[in-house]
Amino acid sequence: MHAPLTNLPIAFDDVSVVAGAVTVLECVCLSIDAGAPTVLIGPNGSGKTTLLRIACGLDAPSRGRVSWGGQVAGLPRRRAIVFQRPTMLRRSAAANLRYALAAARIPRASRATRLAELLELVGLVGLGDRPARRLSGGEQQRLALARALARDPTVLFLDEPSASLDPAATKAFEDVIGAVIARGIKVVMATHDLGAARRLAGEIVLLHRGRVIEAGPAARFFAAPETATARRFLAGELLV
Amino acid sequence: MGTDASALQLVLSADPALLAIVRLSLLVSLSAVLAAALVGIPLGAWLALVRFAGREVVIVALNAMMGLPPVVVGLALYLALSRSGPLGTWGLLFTPAAMIAAQSVLVLPIIAALTRQTVEDLWLEYRDELAAMHVGPIRRIATLVWDARFSLVTALLAGFGRAAAEVGAVIIVGGNINGFTRMMTTAIALETSKGNLALAIGLGFVLIALVVLVNAGAWLARRAGERVAG
Repeated sequence: MHAPLTNLPIAFDDVSVVAGAVTVLECVCLSIDAGAPTVLIGPNGSGKTTLLRIACGLDAPSRGRVSWGGQVAGLPRRRAIVFQRPTMLRRSAAANLRYALAAARIPRASRATRLAELLELVGLVGLGDRPARRLSGGEQQRLALARALARDPTVLFLDEPSASLDPAATKAFEDVIGAVIARGIKVVMATHDLGAARRLAGEIVLLHRGRVIEAGPAARFFAAPETATARRFLAGELLV
Repeated sequence: MGTDASALQLVLSADPALLAIVRLSLLVSLSAVLAAALVGIPLGAWLALVRFAGREVVIVALNAMMGLPPVVVGLALYLALSRSGPLGTWGLLFTPAAMIAAQSVLVLPIIAALTRQTVEDLWLEYRDELAAMHVGPIRRIATLVWDARFSLVTALLAGFGRAAAEVGAVIIVGGNINGFTRMMTTAIALETSKGNLALAIGLGFVLIALVVLVNAGAWLARRAGERVAG
C-alpha cells in the first residue's frame, strides 16, 4: 500500500484530553482539510495549543482518535510546527537550519541550496552567521519558521506566532506566511489575535473551555456567526 | 631539588626537578579529567534523558560519590593493583598510570553529576523542538551535550580542581617516588613532614598559580567560543 501524499485531512474523532482533574479538550470532532489556512481562535486556556500539538502528532489524546489522510500514523516528517516561544539552538542561524535539514533527512548534497532558499524566503539573508539567540524576536520567529519549513511540510502548524511581535515584525512574519500558503502548504494557526485571524483565515475554529464552539468558512464566521459565544467573542467581550 | 634553596629561587631558576613535578602534576590531573570526561559526559547526558525505575536512586548515589574520600579510593585501587590484587599482573602500582586511574575515579562522579544536571535543564528547554524535529535518542544526547558545551566547561574545571588538589589517592597508588611519581601535592606533604615549611609554602603557591592559570585559560576559551556561537 502506498503512503498518502499528504497528511490531509486531519480528522479529530471525538478527541478528549484530560490532564489530572482538568479537561483540556472535550469531545472534539473536527476535520482540517486542504485549502486556505485553518485558524484556531479563542481565549487563553481554551485548548488551542493542545489541539495544535495533537494535530501535529506531538501529543496523543486521552480519548478518541486522530487520523492524517485517513491513516492513524500519518507522515510525521511532513508536518512541522512553530511554537509560541521557539527555542533557538545555541548555534548560528544557519547552523539551526542545517540541523533541521539533517533531522528531516534532506540529502546532504541539496542542503546548501535549501539553506540559501530558506534564508531568502524568511528574509534572513546575511544573518546566517549570527548566533541565533542574538537575533531579534521577529528574526527568531522567522528563523523558527524557516526551521519548520526545512522539513518540507505539507502541513505547517503555528502557535500564536505573532503574540510577542510588534506590528512591523508581525507584518514581516505574515508576509512569509503568505508565501508559504502560495506554495500550497496547509497552514493551521492558533491565535487570540482576531486581526491576524481575519487577515489569514480560510476556515475558523472557535474554541472555548476545550470545546469547539463553532467551525466553518472564515467569511461566514466573521459576517454571520452562528453562536452567541462567537458573537460575544467577535464583539471583543472577554470570554471567561 | 635542594632543601636549602628558597621556593622563589626554585621557581625563578626553573629548577628541572621542580619543572618535572609540575609537568607530572598537570599530566596526571589533566589526563584524569580527560578520561573522566570521555565517560562522564555521555553517562551524565544519558542519565538526564532516560527514565527507569530507580533512576533517582542512581542520581543520588552519583551525587554522593562527588564526596568520595580520596584516601579510600586510593586504598581500593591499591588493593586492586597490588601484587596479590586482581589487577596485580598489570604492574601499574606506583606508576603515573595508577595515579591517573585513581584521579579519574574521583573526577568521574563530579563530571557525570554536573553534566546530568546541566543537560537535564537544557532538555526541558529543547524537548519540544527536538520532538517536533523527530530527533532520535542518540542525536538528542549529542545535540544537548554540544549546545551545553560552555556550561560543561565548568563541570570539567570542577573535576580538574578536585584532581589538582587531591593528595590522598595519588600518594597511596603513586608512592611519591622522587622523579617518577612525585606531584605537587605529594611533594608539599613530604616537605611539610620534613620541616621544610618555606619550600612547602612555595610549592603551594606554585600549585595555586597553576590552578588559576588552567581556569583562566578555560574561561578565555569559553568567552571566545560564546562570542562566536551565542
